[in-house]
Formats: sequence, structure tokens, C-alpha cells
Amino acid sequence: MSGSALKRITREFAEISANPLEGVVIFPIDADMFKWNIELTGPKDSPYEGGRFRLNLTLPETYPFKPPVLSFATKIYHPNVSNDDKGSMCLGILRSDAWKPSCKIVAVLEMARGLLLEPNPEDAVENSIAMEYKNNRANFDRIAREWTRSYAK
Amino acid sequence: MSSDDEDFMSDTLSDDEYDNDSMGMLGETADESEYEEENDQFLEDTKFDKPQKKAYEVDFRALSANDVKSEQDKQINEVSSILGRSSEQCAILLRHFKWQKERLIEIYMDGPEQVLEESGLGQDYNISPRLEKVAGFECGICCDDEPGLDTYSMKCDHRYCASCYRQYLESKIKEEGEAARIQCPSEGCARIVDSKTIKLLVSSDAWYRYEELLNRTYVDDKQNLRWCPAPECEYAVDCPIRQNELHKVVPTVVCNCSHRFCFGCGLHDHQPCPCSLVKKWLKKCEDDSETANWISAHTKECPKCVSTIEKNGGCNHMTCRKCKHEFCWVCMGPWNEHGTSWYNCNRYEEKSGSEARDNQAKSRASLERYLHYYNRYANHDHSAKLDKDLYSKTEKKMTMLQSTSGMSWIEVQYLNQASAVLQECRQTLKWTYAFAFYLERNNNTYIFEDNQKDLEMAVEQLSELFEKPPDQLAQSKKEMMDKTAYVKSRRGILLEDTAVGLKNERWSFTVDV
Ligand SMILES: [Zn+2]
Ligand SMILES: [Zn+2]
Ligand SMILES: [Zn+2]
Ligand SMILES: [Zn+2]
Repeated sequence: MSGSALKRITREFAEISANPLEGVVIFPIDADMFKWNIELTGPKDSPYEGGRFRLNLTLPETYPFKPPVLSFATKIYHPNVSNDDKGSMCLGILRSDAWKPSCKIVAVLEMARGLLLEPNPEDAVENSIAMEYKNNRANFDRIAREWTRSYAK
Repeated sequence: MSSDDEDFMSDTLSDDEYDNDSMGMLGETADESEYEEENDQFLEDTKFDKPQKKAYEVDFRALSANDVKSEQDKQINEVSSILGRSSEQCAILLRHFKWQKERLIEIYMDGPEQVLEESGLGQDYNISPRLEKVAGFECGICCDDEPGLDTYSMKCDHRYCASCYRQYLESKIKEEGEAARIQCPSEGCARIVDSKTIKLLVSSDAWYRYEELLNRTYVDDKQNLRWCPAPECEYAVDCPIRQNELHKVVPTVVCNCSHRFCFGCGLHDHQPCPCSLVKKWLKKCEDDSETANWISAHTKECPKCVSTIEKNGGCNHMTCRKCKHEFCWVCMGPWNEHGTSWYNCNRYEEKSGSEARDNQAKSRASLERYLHYYNRYANHDHSAKLDKDLYSKTEKKMTMLQSTSGMSWIEVQYLNQASAVLQECRQTLKWTYAFAFYLERNNNTYIFEDNQKDLEMAVEQLSELFEKPPDQLAQSKKEMMDKTAYVKSRRGILLEDTAVGLKNERWSFTVDV
């Protein structure tokens, strides 16, 4: 089972390395193909601009039948990222009922970067941050920028 | 044996489904003969073998897995004869329409092609699905490109190797419990995987599970059905009560496995409290659990000698082992005061306005008010658990009683019944406090509070009788049987009053129901 997963993961890694995504850096994998280190650059015209966010991507043993697990290692003020030491995300194709085995890691990374540009407050893990985003955008932007400056260096 | 006892026994015997009776669903058949001289009011309600349905009872029926299956089959056959399509196809159509038969037929009549297409039954549905080998194929899931690989695709042409397709389906079925709405493995393709495909690809145990799950979706899709929430239980219950009626009725049902639960929300029986209040109450208890934990601590100090006392039976009449002081576990007041004024600790006397004026005192008063009700709620909850322990000891008691008194097994069944009634009433009492917490006090609530007090008092008396040592138990048989019948009738009276009140919207609550 994990033999076929490995083949697929290797293939995906090669593809991403050959065609890097804008604002996304994949660090070389040391020993474990199932654990990827990623760095997202905060998109221009977002409160995350100028920040460098470290993320962990963990692939389950049953990949690609089960979705990857994506989490922020860098603290971020965002309605879709849990504001704790886990920094977990659980939305869209990261949910096992929405994930299809033909989905690719590229799509997951694109989604993550898209969320920096445009958070999804309707599907939030942090409700108070989502409320702030919806009702008091100026204040949301201010805090998100502050956090970016302090944590995402 | 007295003639009264004989009456009781023959009644009990004729009622071979004893459990059902104790669940209060078939009405009080076993013990009225004991009681009739004493309480005509009660007799009015319960004298007939088939009593009228009470206001707190709802119609329901338990269905076995087979019943569920045959109900489905019946509907499938019906639709099949109307639409002139195979039963297999109609099953898919019905599932697609979440078993809304009329809607399916109506829309089908308007345009069959579109309905068939959307349900995954396009034109060449009749062609049996099969595996294929495709030259130059590479699987988009596992990246395997070995020549001669078995592959599969549905009509949508999203082709994957058979082994990936199988793994995908089996993980959906076995791990995620999906059946009727599994989509094609390709991202963005919403085509539902049909049962022929599933049968072709998955192992026999996954196929078996798939069929089981299809059965389950039937129950999930139908508003009048709900699975019994008891673990391992395979029954479903059919009840006509709809979600939008739940502010007017608390639909307690009893499964064939004897589990009593609320058809509205699936929780344990919570009469007389409506589902929405139960939800609010549980949430509140969870939010306030720290204070609640403190209050529900199982040990207390004797109000007289301050030695620690642990509650080990369900009864609230406590006697301190050290100083022999008798007191009430709930209000910590001396028990002899309860003896004359009976049970006076069920009602929270609102604190006078002077204290409530400043805000701090107000919040303290509201916390006190909450704790008052929570304390009593938690106490019955805890007592019910202790009573349950007693229940398991009952059998032991019965065996002992049989050997010491020479009574037969049937003759000691009254203990069993007393125990069952106790637990049932504790459950009811518990929820009367959540009910009372949200109840706006007015002229109507006095009757409720009186009923609550009467039931509580009777329950404590029965609980006390129940805890007697076996040698005394034999002597108090008549007393206990009378008390059991009385307690049961008090419960019926309370539930009837609250249920009628809900139905007529007589109660006003401090929150939306
Ligand atoms: Zn494959
Ligand atoms: Zn497809
Ligand atoms: Zn059951
Ligand atoms: Zn309920």
C-alpha cells in the first residue's frame, strides 16, 4: 500500500520541483517522503505581505486515498488556521469527504496560498477571527499585519 | 399469601413482557389492583387494559433490520410498477430522491431522461460494467503504467486501475461509511458510483457492508424513522412526530431492546423537558461544569458533626454514621423537618429584590438559582446511577429473600419492579429541574411544583424502603408494592400535566422553546 503511495508522492515531488508554484518553496525532503516542509510567501496586497510562513505537510500512509494534513508552523492571524500550537487547517479538499484520490498536493498548496489572499470566513476554525474579518476588516488587517511582522520573519 | 398479592402476581404473570410494562408504555397494568381502593383519581386513568393514550405518550413502532429492508422493498416495488423500470433502477432513483416517492414520480413524469441521467442511470445502464485493459494506460492515482493492467471507468470516462478504484471504494464504504452517494474518484466529477460497479469491484465483505449502509441511509433519509441509539442495537423506530412539533411534545419511545430514548433528539428519555430546553440545559451545565463539579461532589459533611459522609444508596435520607444525625442530602436540612412538612426542598425561593439590585449580587443570585436547580438535577442523576447499582444487587437480594423467606422467584419480582420504577422516576425528576429552571413562574407553575414535590417525596420513600436489609424486605413487601404503584402513578400525573401544558402552550419559558 505505502509502496504505491511512495511512487505517487515521488512523482508529485518531481512535478512540483520542475514547475514551482509562485510564492511557494518546497524544501528538500531528508528521509521521510511523507513529511514535507513548505514556505509560503505572503501575497502582495494582503495583510500577510512580506511574511514568510512555514508549513508542514504530512501525507497519510493511505495517501492518496486520504487527504494530506496541512498545518502552519508559523503563527498566523487567519480565520481558517487554528490559533494554537497546532496551526491546523481543515477545509475544502483537506476534508476527507471532499478529497478525491485524483487531487494533488499542488492543489492543496494553491488552496493554502489562495486563502492568504482571500480567507474563507464561512468555513472558519477561529470564529472570533472570522467575525473580525467580516465586520471589522480594518482591525483584522491591522492585527494580521502585526502578527506577520512579529512572527513570519 | 394475601388475596391482594395473588392479584398482583397473576397480573404480573399474564404480562409476560414484564420489561415493556415497566417502561410505562403499555400502561399500568400490573399494580393497579393494589392501589384501586386508595386512589380513585389514578384508577380513572389506568383501570382499563388498553388505556387511552396519555398526553405524554406518542405512537411508535420498532423496526428490525428486516422490517426496514422490506419497507424499502415495498416502496421500490411500488415505484417500479408505476414507472415500469426494474426494481434495481428504482432503488437508485429513490435513493437519489431521498425516498421522496411522490416527488420522484412527478419529476420523472416531466422528463425521464434527465432524472435517469442525474441519478447515474444514463442510456446504456443496462450494459454490465466490466474491467478493461487499455494500451498505454497510466493510472492517475498510483501512477502505475504496467502493460496489461486491469482498469475501470464509469460512463464519465475517468479511468483508473482496478486496484485503485477498489481501494477507493472500499475505504469509502468501510472507513467513511458511505454508500448511496459515493462519487467517481476523479476530482470535480459528481457521478455517483452505481451498485453494479461496486459489486464488480469490491470484496464480498465490503459489498455486504455496502448493502447494510444502504439500509441505513433509508432510515437516515426518512423523517419518520430514527435508529435506536443504544450501542449495537439494530432496531429503528418509526414515529410520526416531526421536528417542528418538538416544542409541543416530548416524544419518548422505547426500542425493542428496551432502550428508552427521545425520538426528537436521540438522547435518553428526557420527559417532561422539551428537546430544545434539554439542549440548552446540557450546554449550560457543560459551560458551568466547574461550579457544577463542585456541587455534584459525591461527599458531603454531616451538618452536625462535620464528619465526611459518602452517599452509597439512591435515597436522600441520610444518617450520619458517627453522630446518627438524620438529614436530607439535597438541602442538608434535618430529615425530621421533611417528615412533617414533607419534601420542601424542591422549590427555589427567589431571593428578594433588595439583594438583586446591585449587579454583582444579581449575578450571584443567578448563579445561586442555577446551582439550586443543577444541584437537584445532578442529585437525581447521581441517585439514578446508585439505584442502578442497587438494581444489580436486587437479584442478589431476591435470591437471598427466596432462601430466607421461602418465597418463589415470581413472588419476589416486586423488588425488580420497584427498582425499575425508581430509576424511571429519577430520570423524570432529574429533567423536571431543567424544565423548572427555564419555567417562568406564574399561577400554572404551582401545580407543576406540587406534582414535582409529590413525586420526589414518593421516590425518596420508595428508595428508602428499597435499601432495607433483606430480612426486613420480606416484611415490607406489601408496603413496597403499594409504594411502587403510587410512585408510578405520581409520575404519570406529573407527565400528563406537563404534556398537556406543552400541547396547549400553557407554559411560558424564559427562553425560546
Ligand atoms: Zn492505480
Ligand atoms: Zn468521473
Ligand atoms: Zn434499541
Ligand atoms: Zn429530545
